[in-house]
Amino acid sequence: MNRQSLQRAAVTAGSSVLAVFVALAISTIVLLVTGKDPVRAFSTLFEAASDTKVLQGTVNRATPLMISAAAVAIGFKMNLFNIGVEGQMRVALLTTAVVGANVNLPPVLHVTLCLLVAMASGAVWAGIAGWLKVKRGVNEVISTIMLNFIALSLVAWAFDDFFREDNNTTTVLVKTKELPRSAWFPDIVDRRLNGMIVVAIVVLLVFWVLVWKTRFGFRLRASGANAGAARATGVHPKRMILISILISGAFAGLVGMRALLGDVHAYQNNLAEQQGFNGIAVALLGRNHPLGIFFAALLFGFLGEASGKLQLEDIPKEIATIMSGIIVLAVVIINEAVKRWNDKRIQRRAAAALEEVPS
Amino acid sequence: MGNAESTGGELAVQLSGIWKRFPGVVANHDVNLAVRSATIHAIVGENGAGKSTLMKTLYGMHQPDEGTIRVEGVEKTFRSPTDAIAAGIGMVHQHFMLADNLSVLENVILGSEPVRGRGRLDLAGAARRLRDLMDSLGVDFDPSAPVSTLGVGQRQRVEILKVLYRGARILILDEPTAVLVPQEVEELFATLKRLVSAEGRTVIFISHKLDEVLTYCDDITVIRQGTTVATTTPREIDRRGLAETMVGVDLPGPAGRTTDVRSEIVLRCHGLEVAGAVPGAKSAVESADLEVHAAEIVGVAGVEGNGQFELCEAILGLIPLLAGSVEIGGVDMTNTDTKERLASGLSYIPFDRQREGLLLDAPLWENTLLGRDDDPSLVSGPFVSRRRVQADSRRIIDRYGVRTPSEQVPAFALSGGNQQKLVVGREMSTNPRILLAAHPTRGVDVGAQAAIWDELRNARDAGLGVLLISADLEELIGLSDRILVMFDGRITADVDPRTATPELLGTYMTGEVQGAGR
Repeated sequence: MNRQSLQRAAVTAGSSVLAVFVALAISTIVLLVTGKDPVRAFSTLFEAASDTKVLQGTVNRATPLMISAAAVAIGFKMNLFNIGVEGQMRVALLTTAVVGANVNLPPVLHVTLCLLVAMASGAVWAGIAGWLKVKRGVNEVISTIMLNFIALSLVAWAFDDFFREDNNTTTVLVKTKELPRSAWFPDIVDRRLNGMIVVAIVVLLVFWVLVWKTRFGFRLRASGANAGAARATGVHPKRMILISILISGAFAGLVGMRALLGDVHAYQNNLAEQQGFNGIAVALLGRNHPLGIFFAALLFGFLGEASGKLQLEDIPKEIATIMSGIIVLAVVIINEAVKRWNDKRIQRRAAAALEEVPS
Repeated sequence: MGNAESTGGELAVQLSGIWKRFPGVVANHDVNLAVRSATIHAIVGENGAGKSTLMKTLYGMHQPDEGTIRVEGVEKTFRSPTDAIAAGIGMVHQHFMLADNLSVLENVILGSEPVRGRGRLDLAGAARRLRDLMDSLGVDFDPSAPVSTLGVGQRQRVEILKVLYRGARILILDEPTAVLVPQEVEELFATLKRLVSAEGRTVIFISHKLDEVLTYCDDITVIRQGTTVATTTPREIDRRGLAETMVGVDLPGPAGRTTDVRSEIVLRCHGLEVAGAVPGAKSAVESADLEVHAAEIVGVAGVEGNGQFELCEAILGLIPLLAGSVEIGGVDMTNTDTKERLASGLSYIPFDRQREGLLLDAPLWENTLLGRDDDPSLVSGPFVSRRRVQADSRRIIDRYGVRTPSEQVPAFALSGGNQQKLVVGREMSTNPRILLAAHPTRGVDVGAQAAIWDELRNARDAGLGVLLISADLEELIGLSDRILVMFDGRITADVDPRTATPELLGTYMTGEVQGAGR
């Protein structure tokens, strides 16, 4: 890496870290106002960070966030705002649960098939929004939000009317038929840390290579940065929109797989709830970059996991949720401010460097 | 040439010694301007001469680095347009800033809504004031009509009303006639005359159309290469003199050629027909025929908006054709997409580098990859070879004299001229057979302009066919082997540059005369 790109990375990372600290400061005020002791709250969080169980739980929680953030970020790179990750994930969850429970395959193949089914069904659902945008010019923000509601209702109805297992009386929650063991995604640490984290990291790597290293990724970023210029160089804007929405949907399909293949092993109504939406925040904090997303997902995973500890100390666990929210807001504001400052700095330096060189 | 101050009258605006620098470029230097009260004062100059920079200074959109602004004798500092408006200055932008689905009245009061009592909108009072203003302007249309139902000329009148409603005594109009047809131009000036003679307001009129300036304006200030070079009046100067003052006699003129045009045809368009912007409007390009040979530069002259842009888009395959065919290198490409046309040796220097030619936030080396990502020397299979692209971008930067600290700098940090050199360098690096060059030296300083001309000439001598679209008539005459004139979507003339003068081209461009081989 050369100096300029190192500087760029430092500025980017620095502004996110700054945002986290601003969020900590605001959270302190919130705690003080509500009459809680911020020192105890933060020391509880700090102690939690050295607890192996908490850390394992953190990684577990971060797994789906990394994938859903990647799904959101690939859209952002193309100036598309896929808010429909939640719905795409939900469609993929039920489809995969049903298909996975009704085939018999050797372990590795079975899991692979499940992941492929998840990706395909997520892509199909996202493809509806892509098709609407390309053919009818429907804004993807609106169509994906609407498709979330449709997915939620459609999946709930299909589950209730066709796929629920009523003879299962041992659990409180109604589920679909359980997946055979061959479709279970193995744990790294039994019942504490699921292996899906490996898939999440692979997704981030694929995202990185695809967007930053390939010609396709260059065209994708060019279309996002300046659609007019991309078009003038022969890139088909509609094709790029469709392809990137399909990839985003395929990633989205994988979001719920830790919960389905690695934990519950059957579909139930609240499975992996909100994980699609939370990816938006993680993508924002991670600046749509794989490395940033990796750490942002871990941070959000940790806040989620540690919030239980806070409750034990009589501090409302919502304080962790508030902190996540403030972090996202702070990131958006601080990023913009830092970008303006940095743009000016670059411009000034470019001009200064030129004055030394005679023309 | 006389000086405006000697003709008497109190000064509405006086700028002295204005300097404005942007990173890597001096946009205005030592600008002096004196505008007499109750006159129409034209500011003329070529594209990129620094007219808009100057007007932005006067309207408070940015602050000058040096110099003073006096309005009606009082020295002023404008931190924002709000300050300028408070000082009685109003700006009518070239691109209308109107809300289409609001009424005329609503548009006029938008942003300075009259209120009575506790924030109640006083529409009746506003309507009365607007009616008075319309009467004094001598315009008549329904103030409750939505702006979307008005024609272009009327919309412009709404923009003027907006400015007057805010109490402007000094109006700046930025190339107001660019969007108007001749009758509307006459109406506009009738309105402006009325403002000046009946109400004593002052109009500053930015233009590069010499005829209207000479016909309608009281004083003329010429800007060339960032500075004011002369102030005169229509009585003291003729069209030719004004054109020479604008262009300057000391410009390095594009020199003649030593090689011959080859017989091979690299680009042939036949009967090109492109639909207008809105359904039902007349075609943007009508039955256009043209041929470009190898080692030939074919110039296209025309007032902007007469179909040149659509012609280029049609040749590139970016917009659908209603009729006609496009042949590149002797192969019919009518039914191919842009990518295939570019791959067959077509290259494009776009009209607007920022909108069509650059990724402003991306580093320069990524910008040099734009449109060249199929070049096997820059990619390996599906992967971009960062190392080789960067090496190639350094070659382009060196060869085309792009002034930048390195290829890692984002494109927005460069001055317009250096951005243009990068785009030209990139497009020449695809070894094209046919180059569509739209305003290749627009906004570029004189030295860089000569360098780009040299590159174009050398490439032409090596066999490149160029379709050169330009607003700079000297450039067209100096570089072209033939000049086509576009007017109203048609190619109306085919002129020999050896006998052409800017005046002759001007008569064709305004549609006064048609013919010469067509």
